[in-house]
Amino acid sequence: MSAPLEATAPTGDPTPPPPPVSKGSVRPGDQRGEGVVLNVFSHGFLVLWAVLIVLPLLWLVLSSFKTDAQIGGSAFGWPQNWDLGVFSRAWEKGIGDYFLNTVVVLVFSVPLTMLLGSMAAYVLARYEFWGNRFVYYFFVAGAMFPVFLALVPLFFMVKRLDMLNTYQGLVLVYVAYSMPFTVFFMHAFFRTLPTAVFEAAILDGASHTRTFFQVMLPMAKPGLLSVGIFNTLGQWNQYILPTVLMQPQSGDDPERYVLTQGLIQLQQQQGYASDLPVLFAGVTIAMVPMLVVYLSFQRQVQAGLTSATLK
Amino acid sequence: MRKGQHRFVAGFLLFPVALYLIFVIWPYIQTFGYSLTDWKGQSQTFEFVGLDNYTALFEDDIFRGAIWHNILFLVFIPVITILLALFFAFMVNAGGRGRSGGVSGVAGSKYYRVIYFFPQVLSLAIMAVLFGAVYRSDGGGMLNGVLIKLGLVDESNPVEWLNEPDVVLWALMAVVVWHGVGFYLVLFSAAMQSIPRDIYEAALIDGAGRAQSFFRITLPLLWDSVQTAWVYLGIAAMDMFILVSTMTAGDYGGGPDHHSEVMSTVMMRNFLLYGRSGYACAMGVTMLLLTLIVSVVMLRATRRERIEF
Repeated sequence: MSAPLEATAPTGDPTPPPPPVSKGSVRPGDQRGEGVVLNVFSHGFLVLWAVLIVLPLLWLVLSSFKTDAQIGGSAFGWPQNWDLGVFSRAWEKGIGDYFLNTVVVLVFSVPLTMLLGSMAAYVLARYEFWGNRFVYYFFVAGAMFPVFLALVPLFFMVKRLDMLNTYQGLVLVYVAYSMPFTVFFMHAFFRTLPTAVFEAAILDGASHTRTFFQVMLPMAKPGLLSVGIFNTLGQWNQYILPTVLMQPQSGDDPERYVLTQGLIQLQQQQGYASDLPVLFAGVTIAMVPMLVVYLSFQRQVQAGLTSATLK
Repeated sequence: MRKGQHRFVAGFLLFPVALYLIFVIWPYIQTFGYSLTDWKGQSQTFEFVGLDNYTALFEDDIFRGAIWHNILFLVFIPVITILLALFFAFMVNAGGRGRSGGVSGVAGSKYYRVIYFFPQVLSLAIMAVLFGAVYRSDGGGMLNGVLIKLGLVDESNPVEWLNEPDVVLWALMAVVVWHGVGFYLVLFSAAMQSIPRDIYEAALIDGAGRAQSFFRITLPLLWDSVQTAWVYLGIAAMDMFILVSTMTAGDYGGGPDHHSEVMSTVMMRNFLLYGRSGYACAMGVTMLLLTLIVSVVMLRATRRERIEF
C-alpha cells in the first residue's frame, strides 16, 4: 500500500505539478491538504467493506462446526472440535438430494438453453428474412416483464402438460425464461463474426446447418462461455420458478426440491427441530461450487453478468 | 436467396420460438385475461367480473401497504447501492495516484474487485439463511453479538432486527445493498475503463483533486451506466420476494403484522395459499404497470445530454 504512505510526504507547493511524463509524483489531493484525511478515510472504507463481505460468510462456515448450544449462546464462540461429520449429516438430511436435483436439471437446461438460444440468435443475426426484426424483439421484450406477471398461468400451463414437479418441466421452463438474455447476447456476438469464413464454408458445399455447427458455433466459443456461465449461475440460483412448479402434487409424489428451495425448507424446519449446524453446513455445501466457478472464471463471470446490463 | 435457406431458418427458429411462446409469452398474455375473472385455482369454471379484482385490490389495506413498502425500497435501494458502488469503483479505478504519475486504482484494487463481487454469485436463498443467522434476535446473532460486545446493545434486551416494525425494512434493505454493490462496482468499472486516461491526466495537470475529477469527469461520462443501474435496481426493488418471504414472519413472509409486506409476497400468498388465481393475476398486472411506470420515470428523471468521447 504505497499510496497512503506517500500521502504523508509534505507537498505544500501550490504551483502546478510537473507533467505525468516526469518522475515527480502527481498528487493533487495532497496539495490541498485534504489528501491525508481523504486517503485514510477512503482506504479504511474500502477495507471495511471487504471485511463486511468476508466476515459473515466465514462466520457462517465456522458456525457449521459448532453445536446448537454454542450457536445460541454467543456469536463469538470458537468451535470445540472440527468435526467434518456435520457435512455428511447435512448431505443425508436432504442437501444431497437437493444438490443432485439441481445438477440433474442444470445438466439438461444449460446446454439446451445454449443450443436453442444460439440457433435462434444465429439465424436472426446472419439471415435476412421477412419478420426478422419482429422475432428478435419478440425474444428480447421478454426480459422487460417481471416473472410474477406470468406465474399463475404458467403454473396451470405446466399442470396441463402434466409436468408439475418433474425435471423435464423445470428444464423447459428454465430454457424458455433464459431465452431473452441468451438470444440478445449471442445475437450481438454472431454479428461480430467475420462473413468471409461463413462464405468460404458455403462455397465449399457445406449446408447451412453444417456451417452453423462446425464453423460458426466453434468461432463463438468465448461468447458461449460467458453466456453459459451467466445462465448456469442464474438457473442454479433460481428460486421463484421452482417454488411454484416443484411442489409434490400428491401424497406419494416424491419431493424434488432444488437446492435453493431445499435450503429455505431446512431453514423453516429449524422452528421445530433445531439443528442449525446442519443448516449452515448445507449453505456451505451450496456456496462451494459457486465459489469454485467464480474464482476459476472470475473475469468471464464478471463480464458475463455485467454485459447483461450494459446494452 | 439460396434454395433451402427458408427451410433452414424456419427449422432453426421452430423450437426456440415454440418454447418461448408456450412458457413465456402465452402466460404473460393470459394473465391479463384471468385478472378480469373470479377464478379460484382448482375449479375450471370462472366468471368474467370486469375490473372487480382491481377495485378490490385498491381497497386491500395489505396490498396498499405492500405498494408503499415497495416504494420505500425503490427510493433507498438504488440511491444507497449506486452511491457506494460509484465511490468504490472510482477508488478501485482512479483513486490511486501511482508513482508513475498516471491514474490508476488504489493498491490492492484487484482483490477488492474479486471480494466485493462475490455475494453476487450466491443465490438469494443463501442470503436469506446467512442474514437470518446474522440478524438472530439473541446474542448468538452476529450483529447483536457485535453490538453487545461493543456495549451498544443491552445483553438482556437485544434488537429483534426482523421483528421490529420500524427496523425490518432497513434490515432487508441492508441485505440487498450488501448483495448488490459488487455487481454495480464491476459495471461502473467497465464504463470507467473506457474513459480515456488522458482526460484524467489533463485534469491532473490543471490541478484537479480527486473529488473534482470524480464530479467533473467520471460522473458525467458514466451517466449512461448509472441510468441502467438505476432501472435495474428499481426492478429489483419491485420484486424482493425471496428475501421477504423467507426472512420475515408469516406464510410467505411480510411480518411482523404486514410491516414488511411487498407486492410479490401478497400475490404469492393469494395464489399458492388461498388459491385466488384471478386476484393474484390482477396483482401481477399491477406489478407490471408499476414496474413500467418506474422504468419510464427513472429514465426520464435521469436523462442528460449524452456526451460523446
